[in-house]
Amino acid sequence: MTIKISRRVMLLGSAGLAAGGLAAGRIAAPAIAQNAPIRLGGLTTLEGPFATGGQDAYRCIQMELERINHTVGGRKIEFVRESSNAQADVALARARKLVEQDNVDIILGPLSGAEGIALRDYSRTLSGKTIVNGSSGASDTTLRNPSPNFFRFSTDGTQWMAGLGRHVYQTLGIREVAVTAGDYAFPYAQVFGFNLEFCRLGGRATHYWAPLGTTDFTSQIAQINRSNAGAIVVVHGGTDGLAFMTQYAQAGGNKPLIGGSIMADQTMLSARGPHRRVMIGMISGGPIADVIDDPTWRDFVERYRKRWLNEGGFQSPSIHGVNYTTNLYGILHALKAVDGDLSNNQAAFQQALAKAEITAPTGATVKLDHNRQAISDIFLNRIEERQGNAQVVAFDRARAINQTLGMPEEQFLKLGAPSRDNPGCVA
Amino acid sequence: MRSAAATWSLLGVLALLALPWLLAQVLPAGQAQFWTANILGRAIVFGIIAMSLTFLATYGGFVSLAQMMIAGVAGYVLAIFVDGAVPRIVGGLGYSLAVPLGLVAATAMGLLVGAISVRTRDIYLLMITLALAMGVFRFVETNIAWFNGYEGIRNVVGPAMPGFDVRDPMVFYHVALGTAALLYFGVLYLVRSPFGLVLQGIRDNPRRVAALGYSVALHRIAAFGVAGFIAGCGGTLSTIYNIGISPGTIGLGATVNVLIMSVIGGLGHPVGAFIGSLIFTVFDTFAATIYDRDRFNTLIGLVFLVIVLVSPDGAIGIGARLRRLLAAGRR
Amino acid sequence: MDLAATIVLNGLTLAALYFIVASGFSLIFGLMRVVNMAHGAMYMVAGYVGYSVFEPLYDRGAWYAWYAGLGVGVAFAAAFGALVQKLLLGWMQGQELRQALVTIGLSIIVADQLLAVYGGTPRQFFAPDAIFGSTQVPGIGGYPTFRLVQIGIAVAVGLGLWLVLNRTKLGMMIRAGVDDRQMLGACGVNVPLVGVAVFSLGAALAGLGGVIGATAQPLAQGADGRFLLISLVVVIVGGMGSVTGTALGAVLIGLAEQIGQAMFPTYSVILTFVIMVAVLALRPQGMLGRA
Repeated sequence: MTIKISRRVMLLGSAGLAAGGLAAGRIAAPAIAQNAPIRLGGLTTLEGPFATGGQDAYRCIQMELERINHTVGGRKIEFVRESSNAQADVALARARKLVEQDNVDIILGPLSGAEGIALRDYSRTLSGKTIVNGSSGASDTTLRNPSPNFFRFSTDGTQWMAGLGRHVYQTLGIREVAVTAGDYAFPYAQVFGFNLEFCRLGGRATHYWAPLGTTDFTSQIAQINRSNAGAIVVVHGGTDGLAFMTQYAQAGGNKPLIGGSIMADQTMLSARGPHRRVMIGMISGGPIADVIDDPTWRDFVERYRKRWLNEGGFQSPSIHGVNYTTNLYGILHALKAVDGDLSNNQAAFQQALAKAEITAPTGATVKLDHNRQAISDIFLNRIEERQGNAQVVAFDRARAINQTLGMPEEQFLKLGAPSRDNPGCVA
Repeated sequence: MRSAAATWSLLGVLALLALPWLLAQVLPAGQAQFWTANILGRAIVFGIIAMSLTFLATYGGFVSLAQMMIAGVAGYVLAIFVDGAVPRIVGGLGYSLAVPLGLVAATAMGLLVGAISVRTRDIYLLMITLALAMGVFRFVETNIAWFNGYEGIRNVVGPAMPGFDVRDPMVFYHVALGTAALLYFGVLYLVRSPFGLVLQGIRDNPRRVAALGYSVALHRIAAFGVAGFIAGCGGTLSTIYNIGISPGTIGLGATVNVLIMSVIGGLGHPVGAFIGSLIFTVFDTFAATIYDRDRFNTLIGLVFLVIVLVSPDGAIGIGARLRRLLAAGRR
Repeated sequence: MDLAATIVLNGLTLAALYFIVASGFSLIFGLMRVVNMAHGAMYMVAGYVGYSVFEPLYDRGAWYAWYAGLGVGVAFAAAFGALVQKLLLGWMQGQELRQALVTIGLSIIVADQLLAVYGGTPRQFFAPDAIFGSTQVPGIGGYPTFRLVQIGIAVAVGLGLWLVLNRTKLGMMIRAGVDDRQMLGACGVNVPLVGVAVFSLGAALAGLGGVIGATAQPLAQGADGRFLLISLVVVIVGGMGSVTGTALGAVLIGLAEQIGQAMFPTYSVILTFVIMVAVLALRPQGMLGRA
């Protein structure tokens, strides 16, 4: 509701601005381009199962734009909202509308992996426009076949597992794990990232794949509980993850749990039920946590709560909200660096984006590699019970993780794309 | 009467040919291109798929919910075999071979759907075709080896020759329009051929047609094959338009959308498919402006419900009723 | 060996859920010739509405939280079904295709409104302690008790339906209405009211399935399409409008799904549809359907 109103206000504001721009135009014609508002198109998912993540992304963006009074580098920013339903073709149609009909200069989005790849392909056909990722985390978006017009200040699914395999092997001393994961690209990337460290150190992993949308894991859990695995690595998304955890708890499972990045999420933890018992103590890796011992993060969370807690926000910003904000910071930083100059097919702006070094809301430093992909910090997290609530607490941080987890790029590419037949356990 | 409809349709096609030029005169460059490629072009592509349903419904009395899935079969086969698609599943073929292969596959799938559902009618047919469509969708979504699962296959950019690059919105628009016009007039011609007349006979009274010595089953299956080919053309175009294909393209939402287009436009004449798809596309694109984007589905659902309740023959029906009303008023 | 037994038992418990949901669909279809494409939406409505009653009670530790959620969910679905029949479908009796289209429109709106009200977070009921934990099953070991209860409920639903249709006056009127509507009306029976009762009963079964299903596995957006599809397949395989046929179809599909998932996970979806196509080819009216 509030978003709707503020959008209207924003449109009114921009109408006024446009009038102002016209008036100014009579005096100094070249100044128009510089003083006209920069049009920033937002693309996220407000329909379908990922809608909560998309809503939170817009909350964070709105909050950060309000903070700078919708102005950067001397120019106003006009934010145009669009929404998809997490399907690649819908995202593409909306992006085309933003560029051609709404005439935006920059797109901030999308949210999910397949959409990201679709928009990457679309960005290649554009000139003088830039797409900056929202929260999509497929590696290939920037790793293979990157597009010069696509920038990503957030990390990908493989990066998010950095440090986890080593922690399990060295600190926990576990030599054999059972990996249960969804049978599609995002879990492949996460499992790949975990195995890359764990298997290289000498660990053994047995994989149990389940198609997306599996809700019955009882047979699989029976097999896992009977195996010698010292821990279970769980990489399922949304409903599947909740189903696994609930059934694991029901089956009386008691092996230590290692979670993928989307398992240790408030959407899982705020859902009630027995799964919370087994999830306390679960270790996971990812770009955010609820509690990070960092002043930047504490400040961000405090502002978020003040702004949104009474208007449907979460206790703590979601992963999508933070990823969108990180990418927004990249845009704002570059716009400031070039004083809002988007002329010359955005050449100066894109250069500034490529060179940008920013601090994410989590306090992590972010810079881009030659594929315009973020090199940033990854947190090692543990789920703890605090004040009666389950919270994801960061206890360690792996710094400056790049897309190939420190491996030379050529060697990493030679490993091939992650898949169920290539889960990263190459001896 | 029939020839009048054909004349009007021909005029319509000519108008559509000139429209991009006209739009460019009145709208800023970006918007003209947007309206041409992403409203009209998209509407035409979906219109082709919807027309495969309208064709079956109008002349055979079969409301098939499998048409979007069949369109997807053409798209997937194209994406699997064409060079340059990511990830490479089979590859190795150029567009000149992969596109026909996709069309053959879609026609075959159409024939298969027709054969499976050959002994059912009306709502039974609706249920069975929906179940088949969802079965293929679930399979495609969960199978990695052939369809790359949930992520689908990307980077199907379409053929490009010097002076003829399908990525150019204008070229794409005219290719889509040309395909649609050919298929549309093809359908109008076909329904007046002996085959079409038998088909309409089956719709009205299958027993009598059988008594006359025609094979009802074979004619039905053939009609589904024709519809499969039409849907395949639409699926090929939509895959190139979307630079790839993913399971969402043939999911329940997409399947129902095609039905919505056909019904909104009207199941009485093939032209309804295009009217319906245009209305749908405009709503879909500007929902954020008309109504809160988040609730687009409620809006389109209400429009659909109202049309079904008030005017079961869709926009064409409303048009016809208005004409009658006006004629009565003049007298 | 015990793994095989587990898989079969899993298949049967899944079949129980499928039967509960599909029996409502089959009832409405068999007796009123209406393909209720909003059946999945009714499943979902009951789940969400029931949950919004369940959650605050569960937080307070009330032992009856689950039963209250179940009752409210089922009642809401029943009322919703009755309204749909009374306001929308009743006056277009006999126009089967149009009725199917109306329910499609309805399901789109309902799904979107549920998303607006409840958001995308998955939800799950927690069964009362008495039926929550696990039970020792010979040859298998510990098995979730609730799943066994699920089978019990399905059997009860099957028996109940049979009794209502064959042993009560309402059942007599319903069966008479199927054979000859006009004659039934001429005998002084309020036929439209019988229609509302049937529709409401069918919707209530969808609602029962919704709450049971959301206890066995998480409830999220998209469940409507899934359970509509399952209802379609089960009814097509088992036979339209036959309670026994629906049970048979549910068992077949439930087992096929579980066995397929265990043996060839990526192709398991196909197995279900191969069964459907095979049945259609041999008996278009379904295994136990009336020709």
